Amino acid sequence: MPAPDKADHPARDTSPERADRTVLDARDISRALTRISHELLERNKGATDLVLLGLHTRGVPLARRIAERIAAVEGTPVAVGELDVTMYRDDLRSQPTRRAHKTALPPGGIDRKVVVLVDDVLFSGRTIRAALDALADLGRPSAVRLAVLVDRGHRELPIRADHVGKNLPSALAERVSVRLSEVDGTDEVTIS
Amino acid sequence: MKHLLSVDDLSRDDIDMLFATAADMHDVQNREVKKLPALRGRTVVNMFFEDSTRTRSSFEIAGKWLSADVINVSAKGSSASKGESLRDTVLTVCAMGVDGLVIRHPASGAALQVSEWVDASVVNAGDGMHEHPTQALLDAYTLQRRLGSLEGRHVAIIGDLTHSRVFRSNVQCLTKLGARVTVVAPPTLMPSGIAAWSAAAGFETSYDVDAVLPEADAVMMLRVQRERMSGAFFPSAREYTVGYGLTRNRLALLGPDVPICHPGPMNRGLEIAADAADAAQSAVLEQVSSGLAIRMAVLYHLLAGESEGGIA
Repeated sequence: MPAPDKADHPARDTSPERADRTVLDARDISRALTRISHELLERNKGATDLVLLGLHTRGVPLARRIAERIAAVEGTPVAVGELDVTMYRDDLRSQPTRRAHKTALPPGGIDRKVVVLVDDVLFSGRTIRAALDALADLGRPSAVRLAVLVDRGHRELPIRADHVGKNLPSALAERVSVRLSEVDGTDEVTIS
Repeated sequence: MKHLLSVDDLSRDDIDMLFATAADMHDVQNREVKKLPALRGRTVVNMFFEDSTRTRSSFEIAGKWLSADVINVSAKGSSASKGESLRDTVLTVCAMGVDGLVIRHPASGAALQVSEWVDASVVNAGDGMHEHPTQALLDAYTLQRRLGSLEGRHVAIIGDLTHSRVFRSNVQCLTKLGARVTVVAPPTLMPSGIAAWSAAAGFETSYDVDAVLPEADAVMMLRVQRERMSGAFFPSAREYTVGYGLTRNRLALLGPDVPICHPGPMNRGLEIAADAADAAQSAVLEQVSSGLAIRMAVLYHLLAGESEGGIA
């Protein structure tokens, strides 16, 4: 059985006896995103040619939040898009058909741009592998970087993040759930 | 969803989900690399026992853009022309390890029959005068993109109803999406028993094009299917055009934003005048590109997941 690739959807976990431990609250998330935004700017020496691509589902609002922060610091808007990797997953065949989402690139495209993939949780690395394949079909960025809110370890592929909100050592059996106000009505990261 | 045989098998949720997937697929047409890897390693056979340009090429491109291997088998040039039975032809092809079978056949019910013989997923691409579900889906999808929602909108379907599988599938699909449907045909081309059917299914019938057009939010013209006609259903082509064609004069009865659909191939000058077919409000070419997106969505949902899985 393939390991679950992303944080499990919180709606699935309804057992009341299981104690959820909050790892990041709303302010922690906000601080982590602000730091990532500054790291991105520093690494890229400004916001020119930067494209933030959020991975569905929760990477999309994260990418938007980072873009807002960068715009606030730099005074110019930064290109944001969303990337759906459903068609590129390696576990399509072992699961019931998944609903695909929209892929929307910013008007300038991604050719010769520095693309930053943004996702909520980095786990096995399989989503990112799929995202890299998807990018190759969409254009040729000059560089691709990865920013995640939580890195929980247990990689199954040689992939690492360039910018991490929080390193969260976890057991394989544990569940890391990211909730964001845009999707779930609240901002928090819990482990259970 | 294992097969797509009839619009009747689809719930409102299924249709909405297919439309949402089609909207995602639509963007692929504008990409530089028109390829998604979702069906890599799957094989789709297009089996066409009737002539077709758009449906067959549309299914072929849809399969190829999803990275499936697509093979075309047509009646002409296959063993069917040597007298092989449908069952033997289908079983032979499926013995080669086919995952998806897209079938068009002149006999109503052929797709359903085939689905009982084989393990592969069967898509009905038109069976006689019965159904053509992907056409209905792409028509409704096109109209929904033009009109926003179909809820409460009035769609007029005009033409050769008796011989039309497109009409049979479309009425079901449109009413499921909440549209009000009026079907118009000369009495000779009105299917027998339509009074009971329309009462049960909740659509209206009319013989008067000129009364229906001014209040339509969308118009769907049907092809006069001479190849299926065994007798004289109307005195002359000219008479049909005068009574039921979408002529230049009738075009003026339509609002400027009312989409005009035609499943193709068009008999220009018979059921649809060139002025109407090429009008700015015509959706005919949009239907073709929507057809690709819809067929990609259908193939994806039938073939991408594990074989016993439903739709998540």
